[in-house]
Amino acid sequence: MESMEIAGKVRDRFQEEVLDICDFHGQVGIIVKREKIVDILRWLRDSPDTKMNHLMDLCGVDNKKRQGENLLRYEVVYNLYSIPLRHLIRIRAQVPEDDASIDTVTTLWCGADWHERECYDLMGISFDGHPDLRRILLPEDWVGHPLRKEYPLRGREEWSGLEKLQHKVVELQQFGAGDGIMRTGTKKLQAKGGKKS
Amino acid sequence: MTRPITKTVEVPVADGDIEVYSLKMGPQHPATHGVLRVDLELDGETILKCTPHVGYLHRGFDKIAENRTYPQSLILTDRLDYIAAMANNVGYCVAVEKLLGISVPLRAKYIRTIVSEMSRISSHLLWLATHALDIGAMTVFLYCFREREVMLDLFEELCGARLTFSYPRIGGVRQDVTYNFVDVLQRFVADFPGHIEEYETLIDTNRIWLKRTVGIGVLSADEALELGLTGACLRGSGVDYDIRKHRPYDAYDLIDFEVPISDDGDIYARYRCRMEELHQSARIIQQCLDQLPPGPIISKDAPDLLMPLHGKRKLAPGSSTYGTGLIRILDEKEDLPQGDIYVSTEVPKGELGFYFISDGSGRPYRMHVRSPSFIHIGALPALVEGSMIADLIANIGTLDVVLGECDR
Repeated sequence: MESMEIAGKVRDRFQEEVLDICDFHGQVGIIVKREKIVDILRWLRDSPDTKMNHLMDLCGVDNKKRQGENLLRYEVVYNLYSIPLRHLIRIRAQVPEDDASIDTVTTLWCGADWHERECYDLMGISFDGHPDLRRILLPEDWVGHPLRKEYPLRGREEWSGLEKLQHKVVELQQFGAGDGIMRTGTKKLQAKGGKKS
Repeated sequence: MTRPITKTVEVPVADGDIEVYSLKMGPQHPATHGVLRVDLELDGETILKCTPHVGYLHRGFDKIAENRTYPQSLILTDRLDYIAAMANNVGYCVAVEKLLGISVPLRAKYIRTIVSEMSRISSHLLWLATHALDIGAMTVFLYCFREREVMLDLFEELCGARLTFSYPRIGGVRQDVTYNFVDVLQRFVADFPGHIEEYETLIDTNRIWLKRTVGIGVLSADEALELGLTGACLRGSGVDYDIRKHRPYDAYDLIDFEVPISDDGDIYARYRCRMEELHQSARIIQQCLDQLPPGPIISKDAPDLLMPLHGKRKLAPGSSTYGTGLIRILDEKEDLPQGDIYVSTEVPKGELGFYFISDGSGRPYRMHVRSPSFIHIGALPALVEGSMIADLIANIGTLDVVLGECDR
């Protein structure tokens, strides 16, 4: 089925939710509200006409510097593909700035788990109902979400844990230059079993 | 229908004698193929819980790309999957070409198909070598590296680099192939099926290999789909999904090849799929070399390496760098299309997708890389929980992950 037809069907079925449909180079994106995103995606996945069984990509976008009528501050983009029927569609769910959260789709595809964690980590959109929403690529004590437009490309501050790490390196240097961690392991062995390396 | 993927494991809670043993494997473990840390909770040798930790190689690819022009970001893609950098370059170029609406000359399409398949061979050989080494078959490693060396030498002859190529350009390729390149590659492709048989005699019916792989890490088709696996991991579970066939790019719609599929879904099935892919890659290269058409190698519309924020300047025909995709001076304004696009290609690891949002300037407003390794490592707990700790090594090997691509 053509992507435009699918978009029309989604619009018929979820009239309240669909805000706009846009077409670019033959790829159709449907801009929707965030409230019923799980229902929309479940319908797209299970309906025999669409069978969108492969979640290709999920990512967050910051719309701060982007012009658009129906755009809120953030959006979560779902790229879906149907392996049996060979068509694709894109769903763009709008997320407001004051409450940057959306329902999780890990109930539909458990592979969305890491996609959503990445989106939370880098864009700061939280996913309600996600089983394990933690930072994934950045350290756990990182402040801020780098892919937001106000986040600078080159920051002035160091990572908060860096000083601690440098102290640790200095502390460990007495056990031998370079591979401090290996030497502490040996030291523990020496203390316990009295083995000398 | 959603069904729980995580296998149920009987955790002996009430028994006071049994203690859950926690083990941190990595980030500097030789079998994790890079800097992957896996936190394990063990009951004896059975894995109760597996938590992978990634991000040690995170370089902020998405953020950097937002502040560079499209051609400038090309060199970043080398650093994603450094085992098959050429396939990443081609994937990026295909995506940007579709966004900017550039049509590529036929000869360039064929050359890019050849180099993509060469990188698939080189990547699969490295996978086979290390996977066999992890499981304990040392000899395969040496044989695989013998053939991989030929591939790297050919790449070196083509563009001067052995690992990070940046050889394809948006709109074509940088240089034409040489006679010697075609000659050596012809001979390699003729000999290669014989070499694959050599590897197969070493491990295909080897009893230890079979014990370590058959029936281990089984995923059904539904489970693999739901986990988002792509590439040989998905085809090993019996799902016919190959982007070269589903959404053909470059010259793949002009070439006759098959997509190997296995229904078993275990490590051995994925191994067989990849071995068959090696045969098919050789076949594709053979056909491309036979059909290689004459003509230009880069489009006249190709943006320059020094693409400005708005548009480009077109030099008059006859000037020295006209139409070569090399550096030109820029001042003419030309608006780029506005919109968003998702284009994916089949790289050796699976589906590599690029999602671009263009706001009409020379830099992407937002760029997101869907890297197969990231999703594959996310699927690791579903594969290993409930199995033995020794199978973890085999399972990491069968997913064929590269951490540079995972962390981006």
